Amino acid sequence: MITVQGLYHQLGGNPVLRDVSISLPSNKMTAIIGPNGAGKSTLLDVIARQSKLQQGQLYLDDQDMTQIKPQDLALRMALVSQQNGIASRIRIRDLVGFGRWPHHQGRPQAQDLDKTAEALDRFDLNGLGGRFLDEVSGGQRQRAFVAMAYCQDTDWLLLDEPLNNLDLRYATALMVQLRALSQVQSKGIAIVIHDLNYALNYADHIVALKEGQLAFEGAVSDVANSENLTGLYDTPVEVTKTEKGLFVQHHLMAAS
Amino acid sequence: MRFMRAPKPVFAILIVIMLILSGVSIFIGAGDMSWDNPNALQILMISRLPRTAAIILTGVSTAITGVIMQLLVRNKFVEPGTTGTTEAAMIGLLIVAAWMPGWPVFAKMTFAALCALIGLGIFFALARRLPAEQPLLIPLVGLIYGGILGAVATFVAYQADLMQYLGIWLTGEFSGILAGRYELLWIAGALALVTYAVADQFTIVGLGKETSLSLGLKYGQVTAIGVGAVAISSSLVVVTVGVIPFIGLVVPNIVSRAMGDNLRESLPIVACLGAVALLSADILGRVLRYPYEIPAGTVFGVIGAVVFLWLLLGRRSHA
Repeated sequence: MITVQGLYHQLGGNPVLRDVSISLPSNKMTAIIGPNGAGKSTLLDVIARQSKLQQGQLYLDDQDMTQIKPQDLALRMALVSQQNGIASRIRIRDLVGFGRWPHHQGRPQAQDLDKTAEALDRFDLNGLGGRFLDEVSGGQRQRAFVAMAYCQDTDWLLLDEPLNNLDLRYATALMVQLRALSQVQSKGIAIVIHDLNYALNYADHIVALKEGQLAFEGAVSDVANSENLTGLYDTPVEVTKTEKGLFVQHHLMAAS
Repeated sequence: MRFMRAPKPVFAILIVIMLILSGVSIFIGAGDMSWDNPNALQILMISRLPRTAAIILTGVSTAITGVIMQLLVRNKFVEPGTTGTTEAAMIGLLIVAAWMPGWPVFAKMTFAALCALIGLGIFFALARRLPAEQPLLIPLVGLIYGGILGAVATFVAYQADLMQYLGIWLTGEFSGILAGRYELLWIAGALALVTYAVADQFTIVGLGKETSLSLGLKYGQVTAIGVGAVAISSSLVVVTVGVIPFIGLVVPNIVSRAMGDNLRESLPIVACLGAVALLSADILGRVLRYPYEIPAGTVFGVIGAVVFLWLLLGRRSHA
């Protein structure tokens, strides 16, 4: 379990997160939702130790995270950040293979190569292994970075808006994969996501932020209702239970 | 295992070309090198071998500092010579030449490298403030910054009556290389090997800070190694042979186009191609107006500018 207590964070003098206390359950998928500028990505960055902890406490299974060495943390937690502006020309196979770097520090063994091959296969990148990162589409690049994090083989996987650039086929495939990883491989997953239909139907747990503060947190079945979501986004949101799952309607305004 | 993925045929071919060019480089020149000349061995040991070794070391080191710089700045169009690092090293060298002439060579070099480090640090601070979506701004700002530092260097040289030093450093050439006057370059060669030892780390740094941190890399430490290697190598090259423009830009860009930026694979190729390019430029400079010489830096300046323009205009989406 990842526990965040009393977290405050500022960027350039502006408060981005104020008194956020949440917990991300192990072996479950948590969706972090909220309007633009609510501090979702910052929260993920602080948890993944991309940004220094300014005020508050961070625990990974009751261990103070600031005391864990970066090399050791890389064996327990992987992050897929929003990729903008990669200048390097790296083959997809090599990029995914770098996910094994925390394990082998430059000397790949047989199991590292096996894991890389499995990751390429799992994220449907087999035919693209030899292609350069700057010669594939945005969606293919996105999948390569997810495959790289998967290759890192950690208990925790954090993803910042991984559905960006993905068409509906690959978006659904990715969410199915992530759900399977949390259920079959017992990984804890935290995902910053805007699409409520995906969030409510694939995640187990919801963390909702608004203007840097926790709006609500809990199991999807407890908190994902029309009132909560309408209040969160200041926009009419209607959650309906259907045979196949929850359906979130927000894109059609009521006829005037 | 990690050594097995380098595309061996290309590497082998480049090594062969390098050996052939080294042979040519050793046997051309104004001095008579035929077997019946009793002084031939002396010429070989004192002048020709050191010169060829200096060319290879300079080519390798200049090409590799170019790659490292490009990965650290995350921009394909920078090298120490176009971003003020060389000029900063020159200012340092001028200061010691004018006011601390009695210092041992090693202390002078350390001071020059420190100045290069400061120059590099200021350039990094400038580059970080530029918008990432305009990749060509960074090399432009680098050129302006280098121009300002160059003007400072000229002023210092003028005041200290050391203009002739500046003239020598500004045109890289090898005719003055003799045994005993180039050995500092072996340090640059050793730094190239250090770079290869941490090639994976540099490749990951090139993928960005987020990815580096997520993989548990000591981002700051790797950056420091890179910056240090660039500062020291460029100071060493400036003081021993002078500025060789464009090698650090052209060679890495060609290799990156062909085989990407995974340094474990590409660094040996970059190193060899740097040596081959500079050997060719030097040989051309020596035979064009035989028995006079055109400086290798001038020859490569002309060829490199054309190739660089072609790379710049023919570039694809990646910058």
